[in-house]
Amino acid sequence: MPFDVASMLPDIWVTNLPAIIVVMPLIIAPIIAALPNWRVSWTLSLITLVISFISALALLNEVETFGRVSYALGGFAPPLGIEFAVDGLNAPILLLVTVMSILALIFALPTIIKDIREEKRSLFFTAYLMCVAGLIGVAITGDAFNLFVFLEISSLSTYVLVALGATKDRRALPAAFNYLVMGTIGATFYVIGVGFLFAATGTLNMADMATRIPELSDTRTIQAGFAFIVVGLGLKAAIYPLHQWLPPAYAYAPSFVTVFLSATATKVAFYALARVLFSVFNPELDFQQVLFTWVLAPLAGIAAIVCSFQAVFQTDLRRMLAYSSVAQVGYMLLGLSIGTAAGLSAGMFHLVNHALLKGALFMAVAGVALSIGTTQLSAFAGVARRAPWTMTAMAIAALSLVGIPLTAGFLSKFALLEAALERDWWWAAAVLAISSALAVLYVGRILETAFFKAPGPAQTQVREAPLTLLVPLWILALANIYFGLDASFITGLTDNAAGVAFPGAQP
Amino acid sequence: MSAELLIALILIVPLLVSGGVALFNRVPDVREAVTIVGAVVLFALCAFMAVRVGNGEPLSLESGDIALGLTFAFKLEPLGAMFAVIASGLWILNSLYSIGYMRGNRERNQTRFYICFGIALFGAMGVAMAGNLFTLFVFYEVLTLSTYPLVAHKGDENARRGARIYLLTLLGTSIGLLLIGIVGTFAYAGSLDFVQGGLLADKVSPFIGGVLLLLFAFGVGKAALMPFHFWLPNAMVAPTPVSALLHAVAVVKAGVFTILKVAVYIFGIDLLKEMPATEFVLAVACFSIITASLIALTKDNLKARLAYSTVSQLSYVTVGAMLATQASFMGAGLQIAMHALAKITLFMCAGAIYVATGKTEISQMRGLGRRMPIVFTCFFIASLAIVGLAPLGGDWMKMQMIEGASKAGHDYVIYVLILSSMLNVAYLLPIGIMGLFPPNADKLEVAEFKRPGGAPALTVIPLTITAFGCIAILFGVNTIMEFLTPAFGTTAYE
Repeated sequence: MPFDVASMLPDIWVTNLPAIIVVMPLIIAPIIAALPNWRVSWTLSLITLVISFISALALLNEVETFGRVSYALGGFAPPLGIEFAVDGLNAPILLLVTVMSILALIFALPTIIKDIREEKRSLFFTAYLMCVAGLIGVAITGDAFNLFVFLEISSLSTYVLVALGATKDRRALPAAFNYLVMGTIGATFYVIGVGFLFAATGTLNMADMATRIPELSDTRTIQAGFAFIVVGLGLKAAIYPLHQWLPPAYAYAPSFVTVFLSATATKVAFYALARVLFSVFNPELDFQQVLFTWVLAPLAGIAAIVCSFQAVFQTDLRRMLAYSSVAQVGYMLLGLSIGTAAGLSAGMFHLVNHALLKGALFMAVAGVALSIGTTQLSAFAGVARRAPWTMTAMAIAALSLVGIPLTAGFLSKFALLEAALERDWWWAAAVLAISSALAVLYVGRILETAFFKAPGPAQTQVREAPLTLLVPLWILALANIYFGLDASFITGLTDNAAGVAFPGAQP
Repeated sequence: MSAELLIALILIVPLLVSGGVALFNRVPDVREAVTIVGAVVLFALCAFMAVRVGNGEPLSLESGDIALGLTFAFKLEPLGAMFAVIASGLWILNSLYSIGYMRGNRERNQTRFYICFGIALFGAMGVAMAGNLFTLFVFYEVLTLSTYPLVAHKGDENARRGARIYLLTLLGTSIGLLLIGIVGTFAYAGSLDFVQGGLLADKVSPFIGGVLLLLFAFGVGKAALMPFHFWLPNAMVAPTPVSALLHAVAVVKAGVFTILKVAVYIFGIDLLKEMPATEFVLAVACFSIITASLIALTKDNLKARLAYSTVSQLSYVTVGAMLATQASFMGAGLQIAMHALAKITLFMCAGAIYVATGKTEISQMRGLGRRMPIVFTCFFIASLAIVGLAPLGGDWMKMQMIEGASKAGHDYVIYVLILSSMLNVAYLLPIGIMGLFPPNADKLEVAEFKRPGGAPALTVIPLTITAFGCIAILFGVNTIMEFLTPAFGTTAYE
């Protein structure tokens, strides 16, 4: 970090950083529900999230200074008490979630008026803050059961958020219900797995578990627990073929929810998976190697190709981008399953970049949909003439998605390829190549329609997106270019993260 | 002037031109003046740079680490210097020509046209000066993306279709194959620098090296090696100045330049000779030479015939690179220069004929040389240069190639070269001859000028100059060969 945030904050804040970042949104959420005016709720949410964001920055400083920050919740010392632990692996995730939650909230201001009825707006922000708190909690907790609790907090509020899309499109209701069923199964699997681990190790603290697992790793209990946890978290992270809930949920949720979820929800679940695989368990374990080589890596490859292929044929832009997201999760998973420090670092690098670019893409789509009222690709013909700023930002993010040089997406794809080839995984390189070529196709469809097709009849309605939408959109678009020219900030963080997972290895 | 400043200026000037063009959108005369002045300045800078490279002075510029140990690096060597000089010099003539052509045809969106041209030159300069594969790749893509709007210029369904094929092929091959080749090189060699003698030498087995070579040879779609050549004929929907400078010089030469540079500085002679894949690529390139020439014979559309001729001529460079001898490298280097001059002349002639008469088909051009003697004479001269008839330029290149082929022990390549020359004669010379000396000239109905006064002077003058260049380069061959020697010889490249 170029500057030290922690030193600028009051002591009591610094000593309680890990608590504040989670508890603030958790406390403010019910207060907001009681507020009469939704604009006040919005302002209060923004302040809360800014506090969390500052805390995340400060935590990053603390991690740089101390390596690992541990916080005993309520003063009960771990391993018996619940521990919040921040290290190189989750500090960047915390930063990502808080930054994206703020950008999404700014973006919510113009879109919510169309998407949600007025009397529900305050409640909507309540659910949103709960969701953010849940995600931050998942990322920060050092306790396996506590992780389940936060996972459920975020999931339950996400179901509500998705269902609120019903104001505009009734199909949001089955999408939310579908997500609820799948999500609950995932959470159940996870908690069963934790039960097994608890039975075998007698502890719920992750760091504690990690020290006890090696000698027990041959037992069925541990291995069954491992399998349950991987499936449960894999469902949350939308790993192919457990991704079925994602496209409808993203396509019918209120546009602001989609922007937020696409940039954070699967990322946090992905982090949780990485935490379990690398920090609780040990990547050297036999059954883990089997999982990497024969389960995760092939699934990642299939996702990257099949879902990109599905994206090419979508007629609705949000569905197209949703399928693209599942494919991109495949990229991250591929990085992770390479099972080296370089691979994990590349996967995390791509995770951050994907949040930046997919957030921007969903924002731009929503920005145009605001004036034309639909996200059908055919309705986007020639919109760039009347909304050049929105569409230019979208083009930048789209190029980053394809992996054109000078964008962030290029560097992370480069890193992934390099990590794969260092292990002589030529098939993975081929998968990335095919998937990229498919990305050229679907991104090309969007851009050609928007920039070169003759405008259709709906064109007179097209307006440039409002400024409150353009600002977060362009912040993300420029971030894609900036990190395409100098990604050392992100790679510094992700190398650190890989350092946590592979102590001793230099990525 | 310091090396850093010189390199930075060469990169910045084309961008300044684009900016200036955008600024003077509403004053076409000033807008065009900006392009011309910018092109002259760029050429002067490149010539100055080439002189310093010729003196053996090291010129380089490098950025800090941007991620994963990658850097933006620029490092001049003779091959790149030559490419930069050719591209910038022809940009001047082509800009003059563009003014005549675009105004003569009353094309729309001329400002966008000149802006994209500037960015494309920026890409070409970056490719020419790139000091490592990463930088080369970045500018390679800049070149692809900036020329897409130029191909789609007309905006009708046909142009959009051609442009789509253009973009998808070039992006697809570069991301799908070339990028993997580059990352593979990075993974095995730990660096992406161009190294005299070959970066990968002693670092990879012939098998892995072969895989990488295939990724490079087919990934550089701009080199138009079959089967990835079809974008080039499709790109002919672009206005002729684009075909002339970009699809005869800057874009395609960036492709073969990349191939040659990869062969010399990434693989190196020794590794190339060891790998079976080299012979495969050599055979594919020979196949491309002959097949594309045969297809060219069947085309009646002049630009399509020239496009297939380009596909065929580009593979000469690939052949030169794959023969992996100093003589063949030299031949490939010469071919880049010779073919650029000759082919831009041919395209400019095609454009001049189109502006004057609206004719695009060769069968309609009989006797047209009577009305446009200068244009057709120049066309004929350039055709001879491509054929390689002594004493015109192409001859020297072919001699080097034949020497290289016999030294490398691939005698069949010699027959390919001879056969190809004969095919060149068959598909190029008749156009000029039929134009100038049609049989039964008295009965022939020669096409009328669509535009009063025929081709604008601004289109005819540049092509006359380049046609003279085709002759003049004969006297410069020795200088060029001496200039290029350090790149392929034993002299250290640092």
